[in-house]
Amino acid sequence: MVNTKVILSGITLDNPVIPASGTFGYGYEFAELYDINILGSFSFKGTTKEPRFGNPTPRIAECTEGMINSVGLQNPGMEKVISEELPKMKKVFHKPVLANISGFSVEEYVYCAERINEEEQVGIIEVNVSCPNVHHGGMSFGTSPEAAAEVTKAVKAVTTKPVYIKLSPNVTDIVAIAKACEDAGADGISLINTLMGMRIDLKTGKPVVANKMGGFSGKAIFPVAVRMVYQVYEAVKVPIIGMGGVSTAEDVVELMLAGATAVQVGAANLVDPFACKNIIEALPHVMKKYGIKDLNHIIGGAHK
Amino acid sequence: MNQSYFKIVKNEPLTSTVYRMVLEGDTSAITRAGQFINIKIEGLFLRRPISVCDYDEKTITILYKVVGKGTAALGKMEPASALDILTGLGNGYDTTKSGNRPLLIGGGVGVPPIYRLAKNLLSEGKTPLVILGFNTKEEAFYIEEFKQLGIEVLIATADGTLGTKGFVTDIVKSLTAYTYFYTCGPEPMLKALSACTNTSGQLSFEERMGCGFGACMGCSCQTKYGNKRICKEGPVLEKEEIIW
Repeated sequence: MVNTKVILSGITLDNPVIPASGTFGYGYEFAELYDINILGSFSFKGTTKEPRFGNPTPRIAECTEGMINSVGLQNPGMEKVISEELPKMKKVFHKPVLANISGFSVEEYVYCAERINEEEQVGIIEVNVSCPNVHHGGMSFGTSPEAAAEVTKAVKAVTTKPVYIKLSPNVTDIVAIAKACEDAGADGISLINTLMGMRIDLKTGKPVVANKMGGFSGKAIFPVAVRMVYQVYEAVKVPIIGMGGVSTAEDVVELMLAGATAVQVGAANLVDPFACKNIIEALPHVMKKYGIKDLNHIIGGAHK
Repeated sequence: MNQSYFKIVKNEPLTSTVYRMVLEGDTSAITRAGQFINIKIEGLFLRRPISVCDYDEKTITILYKVVGKGTAALGKMEPASALDILTGLGNGYDTTKSGNRPLLIGGGVGVPPIYRLAKNLLSEGKTPLVILGFNTKEEAFYIEEFKQLGIEVLIATADGTLGTKGFVTDIVKSLTAYTYFYTCGPEPMLKALSACTNTSGQLSFEERMGCGFGACMGCSCQTKYGNKRICKEGPVLEKEEIIW
């Protein structure tokens, strides 16, 4: 028997596999396919204070071993998420979830954190700081240590649940931002969000997605994720949830060796709706193959 | 929705760019005409959504036009090879609203889902009238197949090389005695039909998709009844709810 249980801020997960926000809705589409309670947890669709349609379509583009999305945080808004989506989610998933929240001002983050803090099933609040700050010329909160710390502090002040800050990789020094979040009270760090990317259609000569640019995800970005998790692990003491292009159980082990305590799976869910199930089922076999008895023993193993 | 492997039974050109592929496998997830399947193609990251032309207990027929890398790869596939496919995607057409004399209007690669819909309406005892539009005679396909169902078929080609010269809307404008309409085709055609028809109807839309089963929100559109995912609450929308 191998041990796949890991602990995030006092919450025990049966395994480290967590579908990433925006690739798993609120769970129920996937619950039609398999019992999603086999998951370690899942991070539900990024939620903002107000309902959002997001960016104009087309907002998806094919890439080599990956994809670009410019969905732009489409969601029904916090009130509807609480009144309509979470009750449906509760019926199909019975473990603590990660509530992914976004805002375009510190006040919006605070509002979302306060509202979602009341929800019993929320185990961890995952704060997406990749959104533009409307009060500061649209620059993303996640691109400066000061702005990321400000959001962290403000959210921590109004919540009783563990707060994980989900970092953008589109920065010059992700370590400085991770440390700033830790110093501001973050209970953990999630990384990486998508890389900014772009495709141009040769037939039209124009960008493929209407928003011109979007977030690049999928297998192709995995090495970037490994590198950044490795760097951040050296600098912070709080747990890291690693993500970016994970599509196999081997990838899970690799990100944990780099320093992740748990691992999120994103774009892979969109191509293969059974991706997380397959990874969870393969994980014990991969552990045996590499002589791993307990996943906790390999967290950050590559640093030793 | 189902995920399973299908064996290619047939893959043959109908025109210089349109192919017919017959796939053998578990078709149990398909419930309506107008639904689509999402095909995993080796070497490409995203699946490719293709509408279902026809199906029975163990086969699916798709008609696809080679336009990009995905469909080009499909066109080169040999019979007997296996494909990983998600089936039973999308809402499909609702035939309960058709009345006795619905128009079925297909434009170019929008023709395929109309075929199964025609069969369903016939089996319900209705008398559909089919209108197919193509750019030119060389690009026309499936006219004989529709006629073999015993249906009246009218054709429009943009250059007049087959049937009426002009667009499907030119034919529709000349008709009065119909009860409803169903259509699939390029968006400008759908918009024009929405304006020139004098009944309710259902229109099937196309959009770039990430997942095809409602998870990524990549293909959303705004309707009078709120946001809808083309892959999940669509691809078929009712005329009255569409915001042009």
